Amino acid sequence: MSLRLSTGGRLIDRTTPVSFRFNGRHLKGVKGDTLASALLANDQMLMGRSFKYHRPRGVMAAGPEEPNALMGVGRGERFEPNQRATQQPLTGGLTAQSQNHWPSLEFDVGAINARLSRFLPAGFYYKTFLFPRPAWKHVFEPVIRQSAGLGRPPEGPDPDRYEHFNVNVDIAIVGGGIAGLQAALIAGRAGKTVLLMEQTAQWGGRAPVDGDLIDGGPAQAWIDAAVADLAAMENVQMRRETMGAGVYDHGYLLAHETLSHGVPEGPRQRLWRIRAGHIVTATGAIERPIPFAGNDVPGVMLASAVRDFVVNYGVAPGKRTVIATNNDDAYRTALALLYAGLSVPLIVDARPEVTGALPEQARARGVRIEAGTAIAKVKGGKRVEGVALCAQDGEGAVTEEVVCDAVAMSGGWSPVPHLWSHCGGKNTWDAAQAHFAPDPDRAPTGADGSAFVTAVGAAAGTLQGDVALGSATARIAALVDVSADAPAVEVAAEAPLAACWMMPARASYELRSKMFLDFQNDVKVSDVQLAAQEGFVSVEHTKRYTTLGMATDQGKLSNINGLAILAQELGEEIPNVGTTTFRPPYAPISMASIAGEARGEIFQPLRRTPMHDWHEAHGATWEPVGHWRRPYAFPRSGESVHDAVQREVKNTRQNVGLLDASTLGKIIVKGPDAARFMDMLYTNMMSTLKPGKCRYGLMCNENGFLVDDGVVARLDEDTFLCHTTTGGADRIHAHMEEWLQTEWWDWKVFTLNATEQFAQIAVVGPKARDLLHSLGGMDLSKDALPFMGWVDGTIAGIPARVFRISFSGELSFEVAVPANRGRALWDKLVEAGEALGVMPYGTEALHIMRAEKGFIMIGDETDGTVIPQDLGLDWAISKKKDDFIGKRGQQRSFLAADDRWRLVGLETLDGSVLPDGAYAVAEGTNANGQRNMQGRVTSSYHSPTLGRGIAMALVERGPERIGEVVNFAMTDGSEVPARICSPVFFDPNGEKQDV
Amino acid sequence: MLTLQCPYCGVQCDETELTAGGEAHLTRHGPGSDADTFEQYLFLRENPRGVHFERWRHAHGCGKWFHAARSTTTLRVFGTYKAQTTEPPQQIRDAISAVHPGWSWRNFGETA
Repeated sequence: MSLRLSTGGRLIDRTTPVSFRFNGRHLKGVKGDTLASALLANDQMLMGRSFKYHRPRGVMAAGPEEPNALMGVGRGERFEPNQRATQQPLTGGLTAQSQNHWPSLEFDVGAINARLSRFLPAGFYYKTFLFPRPAWKHVFEPVIRQSAGLGRPPEGPDPDRYEHFNVNVDIAIVGGGIAGLQAALIAGRAGKTVLLMEQTAQWGGRAPVDGDLIDGGPAQAWIDAAVADLAAMENVQMRRETMGAGVYDHGYLLAHETLSHGVPEGPRQRLWRIRAGHIVTATGAIERPIPFAGNDVPGVMLASAVRDFVVNYGVAPGKRTVIATNNDDAYRTALALLYAGLSVPLIVDARPEVTGALPEQARARGVRIEAGTAIAKVKGGKRVEGVALCAQDGEGAVTEEVVCDAVAMSGGWSPVPHLWSHCGGKNTWDAAQAHFAPDPDRAPTGADGSAFVTAVGAAAGTLQGDVALGSATARIAALVDVSADAPAVEVAAEAPLAACWMMPARASYELRSKMFLDFQNDVKVSDVQLAAQEGFVSVEHTKRYTTLGMATDQGKLSNINGLAILAQELGEEIPNVGTTTFRPPYAPISMASIAGEARGEIFQPLRRTPMHDWHEAHGATWEPVGHWRRPYAFPRSGESVHDAVQREVKNTRQNVGLLDASTLGKIIVKGPDAARFMDMLYTNMMSTLKPGKCRYGLMCNENGFLVDDGVVARLDEDTFLCHTTTGGADRIHAHMEEWLQTEWWDWKVFTLNATEQFAQIAVVGPKARDLLHSLGGMDLSKDALPFMGWVDGTIAGIPARVFRISFSGELSFEVAVPANRGRALWDKLVEAGEALGVMPYGTEALHIMRAEKGFIMIGDETDGTVIPQDLGLDWAISKKKDDFIGKRGQQRSFLAADDRWRLVGLETLDGSVLPDGAYAVAEGTNANGQRNMQGRVTSSYHSPTLGRGIAMALVERGPERIGEVVNFAMTDGSEVPARICSPVFFDPNGEKQDV
Repeated sequence: MLTLQCPYCGVQCDETELTAGGEAHLTRHGPGSDADTFEQYLFLRENPRGVHFERWRHAHGCGKWFHAARSTTTLRVFGTYKAQTTEPPQQIRDAISAVHPGWSWRNFGETA
């Protein structure tokens, strides 16, 4: 059984009990516990079920590499799935649930999968679920969906805040063990700005647990002094519970800080976006499990984790612990257990001879050590009951059985190379220590071509404390160009390990199919061997075929063992097989921390016109257009939006309507070469436009495709005002700047996006002139301001520029005033217009009126593959100009083909409204067996003016087929016939607008 | 995430401040150009492993277009320069030569 010891536990405060709930049971831990240590103290070794076979699993590690003890923590909207119990601090009232089981952790139906494991081999998805095809929908998919997924989502929106910090530092150090602290001391004393981060809540890393002596005293004393020194330096920032998540190009580092484990007062988590001059990875090393049969039975743990639980939390995973190792370091666990008064009946060492200093200490205490021996099998189901032994150099014939309730295993240590590798740092195989370690000669390089990451300590492959501090000191001193002395470290000398990728070395299939490599995804030695036999010789392919290393722990425990097995199976050296790619984040971080403050109202900035508040107060329903919000319609009390739109159209056509057109793009093009530039930008001739006049113009890209349209006003000889679409203003301004700066940089032209400087109101309808005249100040008669003219003046005491342009076919004036006068003019128009029946109208009425007139809308009639000629706009393309942007593009043969889809109008035979985007079907099928098409609806509305559905469409050879009936396919399979007609449905001669 | 120095305002820009504009030093071919020349201008682009010349705009800054010479493999930046030129300045070419002797890119470089 696992239990709380009566003494020890450097991180806990026994005097402060903490209550928590696990799977509904009330349990008690103490302050300083993690969820994992508190569960062990309550003899709860069983902490979860595995993903594929639902095998019972206990905690295996004590840090972020933990694959098994994943919990759902918290309740309701603060519930979080897949939290590692080893990193979850025990807080009062914490509730936790284990995962992957039904109906309960102790009894689980899905465990039948383990019995079926012979039928669920590597890649079984790909092999099993091929045929019959209909079974996918009715059998395979429902079953897979039931068993897929890890944990469940929280209930309700996240109530907490998350934030981002953006910082620049000279040196960012990831890892606050002794190597990281020493690096910070050197860099800090050299005057560098330093950010030191540690993923746990404690500084110092493993040194205090392992009992190193530094500068003649306990490691903890040196650590305390170092932390105090660093805290006193103004140029050093220190953050605990902050994990270096990813290293990116040019010294960019992401780190994730946990600020609260309960209900936070401020932000709950913080994402650090760090631009570092240099990054130091002091990320330590992770112990490797040993593949032996039953190495996943609850109670089998990493030797270092056993030591951590005993020393840090005063918790013993078992009373009788057998140790299985191939190295000297695991003997520290034996000594720690003995010191705590626990029994170590046996140490199984795969090495043929065991002679090191640490083993000698264990021997001196009477511990039985069996060299050249292996664990043949762990006995027990939900808990270790004993081990069967065999010779390491054999096939697994059992020689002896030993009773125990825990097994501590150590296959050696692997540096944590993730951050080093994220941005291209390469690793070298170290045969002596049987691991990959960063190669300082192949570091990630930055903008200036020099290395921007340095690995130190265990992360650099220097596992022993003395070597680690010595080399860290030398590397960082060189980096910041100072001289520094390394502290003296006393550690026991360690004899070399012997690589042990399997126990025993020639294990039978039966044993190999119980040796787990990836505990979370249930990948066994036999699976990797099968993959190799089936031809998956690349480590990247084997990973995906077997799912090795693809769980939430991303193979922190499994990768090296897995690729060693693959190498063995392929008869290759390990470095020739290589590693899979390390990708950020190092450990999972919350989506909320990535979103930061960008949620809700501030997810995206909103652009509001000067009249926005009036619209809101008068019941506008909104349409997002780019970042703008435009009124879609102004429904009155009890009126549907559809009815409101119909009313707005009718009233505008009969009386007078007001449209807030402030969002229209307004770009000023000015300079001696402005006219020349305008001729290049627009397809029509703009240089001949007279000051005081307006002209509708088209803009294409170099491909010849239509990208924007709008009315241009020539303000004076050197100045043009270009109106663009609402969504296009920024894009078109950038388009102009690009050509000016990068192609015609010697032309004397400036551009200015003045969109937000002006409020613009369209006064539209037969009574528009009466309304404006009633405000006084300007003569807007037909003679004073003819159609397609503009004039400056004063209306109702407000300086205004009035354009006589129409997007509705009605008599129409667009009045531009300084933005801060927009609301005043709007109020006066509403007030003065009351007697004339003035009503505001929204974007939907605008759209209907322009469609009734056959005016195109960018984004409806165009989609980036449409040229003006397709839309019957040939009249707006100058034949006289030698060149304009898109002219050469439009000369390409396929754009001149006569079977292109071209703009027409459509009238349904039954008067109904066609769905927007509906396709016109043609005879026959294409090469893919799909029905041939001959056109599609680009705009479709119910016209209140005509009392029926109208549509605009692009139809193959459309204008040649006026009067022909074509069928449009509906989503229910039916077809609706419609007659091709002119796209101009209303007032084809334009008599209404020119009065 | 790259950092590039804007040659106009001097700011060391994060990539998020910039918009990418594709290959630099294109020669525009308009009406009168044959189909192959026009295709080359409009569509065909270098995809080098190593030295590359690109256009960037300091979109969330001074708004200016500039050129950058960098390595697509190591992300080393050899320099940035103003866009109002038809060829890379000598200083940039020298910086590339110091790292990649014998380099060439389109019709620029030591061996071109």
